[in-house]
Amino acid sequence: MVSFTLTEDQQALTETLRRYAVNDVRPVAHDADEDSKLPQAVVQKGWELGLIPAVIPEELGGFGDPLSAVTGALAAEELAYGDLSLALAVLSPALFAYPLLLYGTAEQRENLLPLFLEETPAPVTAALLEPGIFFDAHELQTTATHEGDKVRLNGTKAYVPLAAESHWMLVYARSSETGVVEAYLVEDSVAGVQVESREKLMGIRALPTYRINFNDATVDAACKLGGVVGMDYPALLNRQRVALAALAVGVARASFEYARDYAKQRVQFGKPIAQNQAIAFMLAESAIEIDAARLMTWEAAWKLDRGEEATREAVLAKQYADKAVLFVTDNGVQTLGGYGFIREYPAERWLRNGRGFPAFAGLAMV
Amino acid sequence: MTIDFEIPEFIQQQQAMVEYIAQATMRPYSRELDENEHARPTAFIDQIWPILKEQQKATLRKLTETPDPNKPKRPSTTYLRLMLLVEMLSWGDAGIYLCLPSAALGGSAIEAVGTPEQKIRFLTRFAEGDKPVWGAMAMTEPGAGSDTSAIQTSARYDEATDEWVLNGEKIFCTSGGLALEESDGLVIVWATVDRSAGRGGMKPFVVEAGTPGVKVVKAEIKHGIRASDTVAISFQDARIPADNILGSSEVQTGAGNKGFKGAMATFDASRPLVAAGALGVGRAALEFLKEKLTESGIEIPYGTPYHKLTAIQRDVMEMEADLKAAYLLTLRAIAMLDEKLNNSLEASMAKVKAGKVVTRVTQKAVELLGPMGYSREWLAEKWMRDGKINSLYEGTDQINTLVVARRILEYSRNELS
Repeated sequence: MVSFTLTEDQQALTETLRRYAVNDVRPVAHDADEDSKLPQAVVQKGWELGLIPAVIPEELGGFGDPLSAVTGALAAEELAYGDLSLALAVLSPALFAYPLLLYGTAEQRENLLPLFLEETPAPVTAALLEPGIFFDAHELQTTATHEGDKVRLNGTKAYVPLAAESHWMLVYARSSETGVVEAYLVEDSVAGVQVESREKLMGIRALPTYRINFNDATVDAACKLGGVVGMDYPALLNRQRVALAALAVGVARASFEYARDYAKQRVQFGKPIAQNQAIAFMLAESAIEIDAARLMTWEAAWKLDRGEEATREAVLAKQYADKAVLFVTDNGVQTLGGYGFIREYPAERWLRNGRGFPAFAGLAMV
Repeated sequence: MTIDFEIPEFIQQQQAMVEYIAQATMRPYSRELDENEHARPTAFIDQIWPILKEQQKATLRKLTETPDPNKPKRPSTTYLRLMLLVEMLSWGDAGIYLCLPSAALGGSAIEAVGTPEQKIRFLTRFAEGDKPVWGAMAMTEPGAGSDTSAIQTSARYDEATDEWVLNGEKIFCTSGGLALEESDGLVIVWATVDRSAGRGGMKPFVVEAGTPGVKVVKAEIKHGIRASDTVAISFQDARIPADNILGSSEVQTGAGNKGFKGAMATFDASRPLVAAGALGVGRAALEFLKEKLTESGIEIPYGTPYHKLTAIQRDVMEMEADLKAAYLLTLRAIAMLDEKLNNSLEASMAKVKAGKVVTRVTQKAVELLGPMGYSREWLAEKWMRDGKINSLYEGTDQINTLVVARRILEYSRNELS
């Protein structure tokens, strides 16, 4: 039955997250970007919202809610409405937790899921993206070579969030024998894992991301996610596409609402600039693109939750959201005129953050 | 409730039947009717009339009977069904679809504001008989397009005979000829009872076929949807019974202005349905394009990174994404209608998006199909001409963008015009 109504739980969750985004994240977002530094207290508060413990099974001490991509998309949008860097930081434990939850062996789950029930954010991350201009998630350059009960990892990863402070990371690599992409649960103490210096990006400047080198980094074969069965890699790629699309919608909405309110207040030629069709139409088109991108994201998420093949929907939603967020955040800067270019105002930050989405892969997960 | 995109089983079954009708009675005649403008799609009309007649009968029964309070209330799917019906029929042929023998927009107005007596008097004809009957809506005039408040057609009450006397000219009336000259149909005519009152004086009147002084004066020749009957109608001292007015005859202004508000409220239902029509044409073009590309060995590999896609693959994916965006915006506006929520904003969003998307998708299909896209041998060029109407009627893209802008900015028409 067609419906666009959130469940009561989803309604309550989005309201909580919106309050956090507005009251806790917004006030610190500007300085966090300028200082390239995550405000730990706010990240901690984000962790305490309990998004991840909610989906850890009860027998392991969690709340046992089903992992829902729709709920995840709703949450991601609200968090990104606050700030993209902080949203990515708060959601980063999911990059490790959700694949583990979905595909981990009983032993892997029992050993590692308790990490997500601690009082501080789990020190984990995931490494998918690789440097260079031609990234293809299905043709990873990082390789995994099985030798007996050991696996050697070789290659370079990029855009790995919070890598320097992570004790565990999920590393995606292509089997040098079969060409199949697998994921490996790797501890930071493993020899041959070299976290390089922090990356310098156009946006998401508050979020520390790193390049990582793997030089014959050797782990037990038992570290392969899901053991012999492995994982459903296409489904995981779709889960991250949906997450990124939802985050893009959140960034776009932040920019749009600010521009809308500004245009109603800013007076030129004796009236608010919003009373000119040139401005009003720009805002109207932004509003339409935001809603369209959100609906596409929801549809892809809904398919994922039904366990259906959702590649087409997830790819199109991500592609659409990539374009929408750029269109909307650019309109946001344009609406503010010269002030749009001044860093005291948030519009240019949203444009810098929004521009990143086509490049992002593996940075978030629902 | 929860977020859900599932189309109920019984509607999916309806879709299969409608697709069959489209394949059998629309597609084979698409080209012929496009080349012979003003010819009638008789195969389609004959096939669909008995079905519509039964549906109209059921609708009429619901409209006139008192609802049983003990009957469990199921969520309505009336508009969802209608949306997908319109989408599929437009996929078949947008021009032929518009010749659907039904009360159409005229019916919506009567259903919305008519008295029980009026509903029976005016709508029964659409629910019985061997011959198809059409309804139509006449709003636009040469000097009143988007600005409906500029309507000049007048209605004067004649106390001596207890009649309304209509004078003026209406244009761009869809199925007006079918309603007035080729069936025992009717047209809802918007006229002013007091020109000085602006919107407050605007009232809808029911004009039945055979009314003296009412004449179809021109059948337009058009860019696309050529199978659709688009006419100009003149009214010269056309006399209709006093109780053929829909709603009150009082001149109303401000919040009490139900006449104009009534007209605007019908847009909340009609705009998403126009959007649905746009989606059908867009899907027809995209499906055909993909079919031809497949024949040439070109598939669309979702999930392949951008740098590995060809320009054609990128174009097709963008067309698909745009069409999906328009579909979902339409689905939302429709779901809100079924839930009886105010959807003016969402209806205009869907309409403007779908209009733009069908325009772009069909133009792109013509381009990508090369010399064959431009050829009248295939239907691609026709779909491009047909698709364009969706950016124009039921409010141009610009008017609908203006509606969206006013809503999001919380501006009145005086603050943003």
